[in-house]
Amino acid sequence: MHPVLKTVLGRLGLGLATLFIVSIIIFSAIEMLPGDFGQAILGQAATEETVAAFRRELGLDEPPYIRYLQWVGGAIQGDLGTSFSGRNASGTDRSREVIDLIAPRLWNTLFLASVTAIIAVPVSLFLGITSALYRNSVYDRTINTTTLTTISFPEFFVAYILILLLASLYPIFPSLANVDASTPLNERLYRSALPAFTLTLVIVAHMMRMTRAAIINLLASPYIQMARLSGASQTEVILKHALPNAWAPIATVIAFNLAYLVVGVVVVEVVFVYPGVGQLMVDAVTSRDIPVVQGCALIFAVTYILLNLIADIIGIITNPRLLHPK
Amino acid sequence: MTQEKNTYSAAGEVGSVLEKRTFWTRAKIELSKSPWTARFGLLIIFIYAVLAIFAPVFAPYGEAEVFPEPYAPWSSEHIFGTDQIGRDIFSRMIYGARNTVGIAVATTFLAFLIGGALGLAAAINRSYIDQLLSRAVDVLMAIPSLIFALVLLSIFGSTVINLIIIIAVLDSTRVFRLTRAVAVNVVVMDYVEAAQLRGEGIGWIMRKEILPNIMPPLIAEFGLRFCFVFLTIAALSFLGVGIQPPTADWGSMVRDNASLIMFAQYDLKAGLTPLLPAAAIALLTVAINFVVDWFLHKTSGIRDEQ
Repeated sequence: MHPVLKTVLGRLGLGLATLFIVSIIIFSAIEMLPGDFGQAILGQAATEETVAAFRRELGLDEPPYIRYLQWVGGAIQGDLGTSFSGRNASGTDRSREVIDLIAPRLWNTLFLASVTAIIAVPVSLFLGITSALYRNSVYDRTINTTTLTTISFPEFFVAYILILLLASLYPIFPSLANVDASTPLNERLYRSALPAFTLTLVIVAHMMRMTRAAIINLLASPYIQMARLSGASQTEVILKHALPNAWAPIATVIAFNLAYLVVGVVVVEVVFVYPGVGQLMVDAVTSRDIPVVQGCALIFAVTYILLNLIADIIGIITNPRLLHPK
Repeated sequence: MTQEKNTYSAAGEVGSVLEKRTFWTRAKIELSKSPWTARFGLLIIFIYAVLAIFAPVFAPYGEAEVFPEPYAPWSSEHIFGTDQIGRDIFSRMIYGARNTVGIAVATTFLAFLIGGALGLAAAINRSYIDQLLSRAVDVLMAIPSLIFALVLLSIFGSTVINLIIIIAVLDSTRVFRLTRAVAVNVVVMDYVEAAQLRGEGIGWIMRKEILPNIMPPLIAEFGLRFCFVFLTIAALSFLGVGIQPPTADWGSMVRDNASLIMFAQYDLKAGLTPLLPAAAIALLTVAINFVVDWFLHKTSGIRDEQ
C-alpha cells in the first residue's frame, strides 16, 4: 500500500475511535443523573405513574448498551430525542424535538463562523507570514505585542469594548444580533457584524501567532539555510523550498483555530443574543435540559474532531517526504 | 562569582569571603536585568494578591451589602456606583479578586497535582499505565474543554466545588502531557537509575530526583494554565453557569451590569462600569503573560518557538 494511503487510513481509524469514545461520554451524561431526576423535571406534583411513564419513554428500563445503540442510531438519522422542558406533572407533553430546536440555530452558528473564517484566515496568514519574514522588526514587534494582549483578553471583554465603541458611543452597528430565517442576506450580515468582528479579532491573534511560529520554525531548518547558501533568491527560497513543507503546519493552524471558533462562538453568541447553538446550549445547561445539552455537545464535539482530522489529513497528503518514498 | 583581576595576591584570595548567593540576592539580580513588561507584570500580580488577601480591609462595604439605590452613578459614596440590586461595585470588585482569582488558583493547583503526579508516574513506569493514561488524555483533549465543562456542569450542578474539580480534571490533561514529555527525558538519566537501584520508592524518585530537574517548564506552564483556567471560569460565570450569586465574581458582574453599556452616550462612566470587572480579568492575564514570557526567555531562550 502507498505510505500516504496507509497513514491517512490510520488517522481516519483513530478519528473514528475518538468519535466513538466521545459519543459514549456524552451519552453517559444521562446515566450520571441522580435517580430522582424524573421527579425534579416533572415537578413535585407528578404522580408515580407519570414519573414511571417518563422513565419508560426515555428507555431507562432497558440496559445501557441498547439505549446507547438507539441513541447513536437516532443521532445519525437526525433524531436527538425530545427536550425535557415543556413537560409537566399531569403527564401532558408539550416538549419539542431536540433536532427542531437545534437545526435553525445550527445554520445561524455556521453562518457566523463562516463569515468570521472568510475574513480571519487570509488576514492572519498574511500577518503571520510577513511578521515571520521580517522577524524582530518594529512591524513584527508591534503585531506581537498587540496579539499577545488580545489573547489575554476574555472574549466578552473584546465584545463589550466593541459594543461600547461601535454600538453605544457611535451607533453604527446594532448591539443585538437578532436574526431569523426570513432575514435577507445583507441585513443578516449587518446585524451579525459585531459578533463576527469580535470573533475575528480573537481568532486572528491566535492564528497569526501560530502561523508565525510555524514559519520561523521552518525557516530555521538546515535545508533552508542550504538553499540560501546555494544562492537561491528570497522568493525562490520561500516558494520552492519553504512552502511545500509549510502547507502542513498552515493547514493545522487554520483547522485548529476554526475548531477554536466553535468554542469562542458560545460566549460571543450569548453577549450579542445571537440565536445560535452556543446560546441554546448555555440555556439548556442552566435549566439542566440534558437531551438538548447532549445534542449541542455532540454537534460541537463532532465538528471539532472532524476539523482536526481534516487538518491532519491535509498535513499527511501534502508532506513531501511521504509523497516521494524511497 | 570569580572576579577578573589583573594582579593576584594569595592573601587577597584567602581574605575574600566566598558567599553563596541567597535566593533573594539572585532574584534581585535577575529583576534588575528584567524588561519593563516583566516588572509591570510582577507589580500587578503583587497588587492583586494583596487586594485578594486583605479584601475586607480595602473594601468600603460588604460583599453582599445592599443599598437602597440600584444602578447608582459614580460618586464619592460609591466609587463605581451600585449594581442592579444596589450593591457597591467597587467593594464587589475587591471581593471578586479574592473569589475569582482564589478559585482559579485552587483549580490550577489541583490540576497540577493530578496532572503532574500522573504524568510523572507514567514517565517512570512506561508500562500499560502510561498507555492507558495517554490514550485517555487524547480522548479528553479531543473535545473543547468549555463544551465538556458545560456538559459536566449540567449533570452535577453549578457549585464552586464542582466547578473546581471539573475544570481541574479537564485541565490536568495538558499538565499530564507536558510533565510526561519533559520527565521522559530525565527518567533515563543515570542518577535516577542509581536511586532506583539503591531502593528508593517511587515517591522519592518523583520528588527528589525528577521534579527539581523539570521545574522551569512546569513553572512557566503553571502561569499559562492559570490564565487559561482563569479565563474559562470567568467565561462560565459570565454565561451564568459558573460561580453563583451572591458571591462577588468578575465574570457574573459583567453579565449583571451589561445593560448599562447602552447608556454610554448619556453617561460615559455608567457605560464603562460593566467593563471594569472584565478589564480586571484582562489586566491580570496580560500581567501573567508578560512574566511568563520573560521567564521562558530566561530559562530556555525558546521564546519564538513556543
